[in-house]
Amino acid sequence: MSLAVTDLTYAFGAKTALDHVSFSVGRGQFCALLGPNGAGKSTLFNLLTRLYTTRGGRIEIAGHDMGRAPRQALARMGVVFQSQTLDLDLTVLQNLRYFAALQGISGAEATRRCEAAMDRLDIADRAKQKARDLNGGHRRRLELARALLHDPAVLLLDEPTVGLDAAARAALTGHVHDLAADQGLTVLWATHLTDEVRPEDRLVILHQGRILADGIAGEIAGPRPLAQTFLSLTSPEAAA
Amino acid sequence: MTRPAPTPAPSADGAPPVAGLTARAWGIALSAIVRREAYRFWQQRARLLSALVRPLVWLLVFAAGFRAALGLSIIPPYQTYITYETYIIPGLCGMILLFNGMQSSLSLVYDREMGSMRLLLTAPLPRWWLLFAKLVAGTAISVIQAYAFLAVAAAFGITMPWYGYIFVLPALVVTGLMLGALGLALSSTVKQLENFAGVMNFVIFPCFFLSTALYPLWRMAESSRLLRDICAVNPFSHGVELIRFALYGQMNWAALGWTCLAFAVFGALAVWGYDPARGMVRRKG
Repeated sequence: MSLAVTDLTYAFGAKTALDHVSFSVGRGQFCALLGPNGAGKSTLFNLLTRLYTTRGGRIEIAGHDMGRAPRQALARMGVVFQSQTLDLDLTVLQNLRYFAALQGISGAEATRRCEAAMDRLDIADRAKQKARDLNGGHRRRLELARALLHDPAVLLLDEPTVGLDAAARAALTGHVHDLAADQGLTVLWATHLTDEVRPEDRLVILHQGRILADGIAGEIAGPRPLAQTFLSLTSPEAAA
Repeated sequence: MTRPAPTPAPSADGAPPVAGLTARAWGIALSAIVRREAYRFWQQRARLLSALVRPLVWLLVFAAGFRAALGLSIIPPYQTYITYETYIIPGLCGMILLFNGMQSSLSLVYDREMGSMRLLLTAPLPRWWLLFAKLVAGTAISVIQAYAFLAVAAAFGITMPWYGYIFVLPALVVTGLMLGALGLALSSTVKQLENFAGVMNFVIFPCFFLSTALYPLWRMAESSRLLRDICAVNPFSHGVELIRFALYGQMNWAALGWTCLAFAVFGALAVWGYDPARGMVRRKG
């Protein structure tokens, strides 16, 4: 498995944010992590990216245990955070080069990878533009280009379409689906928007820190639209 | 947006990790973090101006006014009577390092609020190294500002022996690292940008006034033994004394020892403060 989460538990004081969460995603799978606000998605992402650590449970990225070999695990991972993490005073190229350096890539190799990443996301013509001057869609593209720069095995995206218009949202969702299908990239895509999930996608529904459903989206949804199933699963009545 | 990727597909699970784990990668990351800080500093040239104006006001206004009021006896490293302006030069260098150390950590709180700290901390490098790189970057900027101040002071006729300008470099670096580490440790405890101004007031002013920056210890002892004792244990005093002696080509071993010790303590606190087990960015999002 490219991404395996086993019995993960995390609490903020007395409040349990994640309660014995387990799931795994295979190579080339697009897994949507669906959950309403406050479900624990961001906490899970903070644990997956080692911004938090916990002794409750285990995370494995491309075969590397996050607890025992965090640097190896992080090196195999690309992340697009929910909040934008670009340096707005740097140009597109400078942002990419800075990230490449943080991954230990420099010189001609960094140049080659930055150019390839910009080409891939169709932002090469904006290389010298400051990130501040990019629109929301292009900023997200840049962040995705950056997350793929070091050829990760696993790509994590935390609500990456927040603030994007419908066209940019569809383009980004489609592109990441293609990455999983064509290049064997393992994708974990956190969202609360059901229309970003395709019927053939792997789906994990997280609610109040627990996994409510884990399977293929079309099967979980059944004959109803996914949005309806999702609402009925996460409604207060269902919880009661 | 959906152009085919020109590079090979990402490697399979368990493939050899990228270069991020070699020793060379540590240097590449350090250099990138320093260059980013330098670039930002270059873009905010007003910062250099404000960093110079503050100590120059002290030097040209405050010191001129106090010159008559404060008599100074001959104390090491000085071998003759000196003017008050000459006395406070090391203290004002320390002031630059102190303000800049706090400003660097302020930018860390800003980075954390803006999310770019997440990017840094998810790099496949030891966290202590990433924090150290931030510290080195901030110190480099501080030292440049301190030299700019010494140059302006020299233009106003307040000069040191020529070799002092060389010897002072390591002293400025060590003191800059120590004060930067203090800022780093503080930044790990401050969760919001707006709270930082208060912290700065409670740190910068006591640090500066309760030190040997403006008055020698014996002067302070004349008014209060307690104040003198506080000044004597203040790590900032030791940093200032290290700079003072270095400006005259002399080594103050005690000051160096205390400054290094303070650096080690503040550095350890910063690493502890940013420990992921403590949920450094334990904020929503």
